[in-house]
Order: sequence, then structure tokens, then C-alpha cells
Amino acid sequence: MERSLHQTSGSEQHKRLVVGWFSFTCCEDSTILLTELLNDHLDEWKKVVEFRHLKALKTQNSLAGLDVAFIEGAISSDSQANEARQIRENSKYVVAIGACACTGQPSTSRNQFASEQINERIRWYLSHFDYGKEVKRLGEVIQVDDMVRGCPMKVPSFLQTLNKYLELFGIAKHAS
Amino acid sequence: MPRRNIAIDTITKIEGNAGLKVVIEDDVVEDLQFVISDYRRFFTTAVRGKRVVAVPSFLSRICGTCSVAHLFASLMAIESAQGITVTEQTKALRRLAYDGLMIRDHGLHLYFFVLPDVLGVDSILDVSDDPDDLAHKLLHDSFDIKRLGTDISNAVVGAAIHAPWPTVGGFLRNPDPAKFPDLIDRLEAVRPKVLRGIDTFFGWDASLVRNTDYLGLRNDTRFDFLEGDVVNSNGRRIARPEFKNYLQYVQIPHSHAEGYRFSDTGEDYLVGALARINLNRDLLHPRTKDYAASYLSAFPSNNVYHNNLAQAIEVLQCVDDAIDLLRIIHVADEKPVRTQTTAGTGVGVIEAPRGLLYHMAKVNDEGVIEDYDVIVPTAQNQINIENDLKDYFNENLDKDEETLRANAESIIRAYDPCMSCATNFLKIDMIRR
Repeated sequence: MERSLHQTSGSEQHKRLVVGWFSFTCCEDSTILLTELLNDHLDEWKKVVEFRHLKALKTQNSLAGLDVAFIEGAISSDSQANEARQIRENSKYVVAIGACACTGQPSTSRNQFASEQINERIRWYLSHFDYGKEVKRLGEVIQVDDMVRGCPMKVPSFLQTLNKYLELFGIAKHAS
Repeated sequence: MPRRNIAIDTITKIEGNAGLKVVIEDDVVEDLQFVISDYRRFFTTAVRGKRVVAVPSFLSRICGTCSVAHLFASLMAIESAQGITVTEQTKALRRLAYDGLMIRDHGLHLYFFVLPDVLGVDSILDVSDDPDDLAHKLLHDSFDIKRLGTDISNAVVGAAIHAPWPTVGGFLRNPDPAKFPDLIDRLEAVRPKVLRGIDTFFGWDASLVRNTDYLGLRNDTRFDFLEGDVVNSNGRRIARPEFKNYLQYVQIPHSHAEGYRFSDTGEDYLVGALARINLNRDLLHPRTKDYAASYLSAFPSNNVYHNNLAQAIEVLQCVDDAIDLLRIIHVADEKPVRTQTTAGTGVGVIEAPRGLLYHMAKVNDEGVIEDYDVIVPTAQNQINIENDLKDYFNENLDKDEETLRANAESIIRAYDPCMSCATNFLKIDMIRR
């Protein structure tokens, strides 16, 4: 990565891809993998990506004007579905990240429970909080533009997808 | 004084989703709720009916960051249920992989989540690009530390997240020792960076002192995350299969996770690095004890922020332990140990990065799971976290709301809580709080 590519002159400032990263019901393995990718890519990405919403790393987060929302995890409730819809409304593109978002599995395991498995204690949790009747993959709740599959996400596929959007927004020429 | 509510909807820079609600009336905290809001996936119910060989890999999906801990605890529970004794090679490789897990997991928490609190910035994204700036150096130290932890895991168990090689009785594939010399060189090279981190967290003057009990695993021969008995601050020693009998389950109406009290005292307790260093610092690697001697003077400590310092010292411990193991380990072409399938119940109790982790597997005579139970560290710490926060708010109500919020988050962050872990299980005995 050459620093000179990202230095600004005067008031000129390169546009950066405005990104949000979100997690719903899952083990957050792809978020952890993202933090691992930052070992090698943080210096480079800071110049071409603005992480506007990244709860794992920031306290000051905003949904406004996202170019791409990367969403990990399955949807367990109406409140999560509403949150996903809100993200969709604020993002030009949405990418489902990892197996739980793309396929629902393994977070949808409870959808297959036989009635005798849903005992009193499970019922208490399901009724005490706003659990939906079924856990859903992200695509059942909002329109998804791309998917990065894997458990955790496949790194080459993620990098390819990120680069695709950098190019789409005319930012790739500034990236390494 | 009017009634006052403070709410933090989303606590950031932690693993998973949680919030905090505080009600203050007449200058006293009337109610405080640390709300773990990740939705349960009921994995311990989902594994019933699965064959035992499929279960550890499935349960590693409980948590992305400490998946190796759940994998190993599950393997040990099932091996115990099946009467399987693994080889010394398997024990050594698991120990080595665990050093890699601790290095990477503590590195993530310390540098990506906590370091911004130390530096007074929002995020690592705000750290200076000036290579001479200490914050920049620390952040780039963390890249090397975390990468090394991940590479140890990659070399020994096939991946740092949801490792594919470990199986019931041993390894599906043995690691290639040709990769070990490079790891030794890198571990030696990273030691000064680890020490710089220890010095940073030692020098941070954040403090919240509250007397509590500490529980951790103790192996009298070495500082160990995988073998030993459970001990507490008063010297009570509990064999691992008995551990659950000493825990009082507490259902917490406002949280998707449960809480626990220790039956000996009836009180809350803390698990994790602070407990381990308080209880076991005499067992640290000699080289770690030597290099960290001045920092170890802070222990025993009742300052919850010293959980961060304890983790930083554990990173050095794992670096030194891994160097030793990589130098002596001989990897033979072993096959997994298997026995004839029998019905039985087994327990695995280990130290996850955040503290004691309990897995129990009940297996039928066809090798199928009949019952499964998991108790995770964050659930064990939940009541302790709330009691710490009550103390903090009661003693600091004169501070402005922004300060209260920021400090409350940093206290919670010091525990390194993991909500993904905390919301997958159901307990059997229900006691209304």
C-alpha cells in the first residue's frame, strides 16, 4: 500500500465507501474474522472505507447514508426484523455475511424442534421475550444484494465482494 | 432528588449484544439491570439426538471468538462419558492450541475493545497514523500478537474459528511440525510487544474495587487452562465433575442469560483472568514470572479493571508456554482413541478466556446425546457485574451522565463479557430472583 495514493491535497478528499457492519442471531464468528482481517488491512481500509456503523469497534455509530451494509446472523424476532428493515432503508446495498444470515443455519435449529422438545423452560423464554415463531435467514426479511457464505465467512469471497463495491462506487483506484 | 433513569441501549466494543438500565431515586440506585439481549439459540436442546462425534463441532458454533474453548470442553465431556483417555500428544497439542486461542482472544479484547478506553478515544479507527505515537505502536503490536495466536491455532487445529482437526479421542489430522520453528521465532520476537502491552494496562489508573469471591481451575503443577480442580478464594477445592453442584442457578427476568451464585457463600463470584491470576500466579511460567514480576505486585487484586492487566500477563504466559511446547513436542502419526460405545455421563470443565466453562454430556448406549448442559463464564459473572455497577453508580451519582455512561461501559468491558456464549442454554432448576 502506498501512502501517497491516499494523501489529500488541499480541500480534495477521496470518497470512501461508507460501510455498516451488523450482527443479529449468531456466534459472531464473521465479526471476529473481520477483526482478524484488520491485522493486515486496517491501515489500507481506513483510507478507502468509512466504518460508519461497527458496534464491535465503535461507540459512536450511525445508520445514515450507508453505501453497503454487511449483515451477519439470522433473524429471531419482529424487533430484529424491524431493525434489519431500518438498515435496508438506510443502505444502498446489503450483503448477507456468513451461514446464519445466508441460510439461517445453525441458528434456525429451533425451527425443527419437535413439540415435545419445547418444554416449559423454552416456552418461558419464547413468551417472556419477543421471540418470533421461527428464526429466519436474512433474505426472508429484507432484500439481499450479495451473499458471502461460510461459517465463518469465506475470506476470499468477502474480499472479492468488498472490492466489487469499492469499484462500483469508483473507489477501487485508490485501493491497493 | 427526582427519579432519574439512565439507559444504555447498546453497550459497544464487547462480543454480542447487551444494554444497561439504571433507576435512581433519592440518590440511591433503586434498580439496575444488565440486560443481555442476544436471542437464545437453544443449542443444548438442539444437540439431543445427535451422535457424539458430531456434537463438539456443532457446539463450537456457540461462540465465534472462543469456539476452541467450547470445542475442547465438549470433547472432554464426551470423552469422559465414553471412558476415553487421550494420549499425551493430544493433551500437549490441545494445550498448544489453547495458548494460541488465549493469545488471539485476549489480544482482541485488550487492544481492540479496551485500549480505546485507555487512550481516551472512541475506537482503534481513531488511533494516530504516526508510527512514533505510542498508541500507533500498541495497535500495531496487537496485529502481530493476534496474528500469531491465529497462526498457532491454524498450525495445530486447522483454524482459529471452528477448528476442523480435533475430534473425540484426538485429532482427525495431525499438525505438521515443520511449521513450528517459525512460530518459535515469532513468539520470541513478539515478547517485547506483549511486555509493552502489560506495561500499558498496568499504568492505566482506572479503578473499581469491590470485595468478591474468585473461582478458577487450579492444577498444582503448572498454570493450566485445561486441567485441575475448581478452587475459590477461601481454599475450597472442588473436583470438576462436582462443580455444577456448587452453583445456584438464578433466573434473571430482564436478561436472556441466567446468573449464578456459589453455594458455599451464597454470594456472587467472578471468573476469568483476574480470578486465575489471583488464585494461580504462583504457578506462572518462570520466565513470565521473571519478566512480569513488577506487574504481578498488583495481585491479588479486587480492582475489576485488573482483569485487563491479568489478561495481558496471561498473553505472556501463553507465549512462554507455547515456546516450550513447540520446542519439545514430537508429533507422531496417531489415530484418535476410540472405545466401544457405552452409555454414560461426562463433564468437561476448562478455563475459557473469560473464565470457567462447564459442559455436561449424557450419552446413551447407541452413542447419541440424551441430555446436554453448558454453563458459561459470562452467565457466572452476570450478578457480579450488576453488583459492581450498583456500587459504581451509588458512589458516583454526582458525576455527569456522559461520564457515568462511559465508565459503566468500561467496567462492563473490563469483564470481557461474551453474549453469544451466554444465551444458548437452559438450566434445569429455576429460582425466581
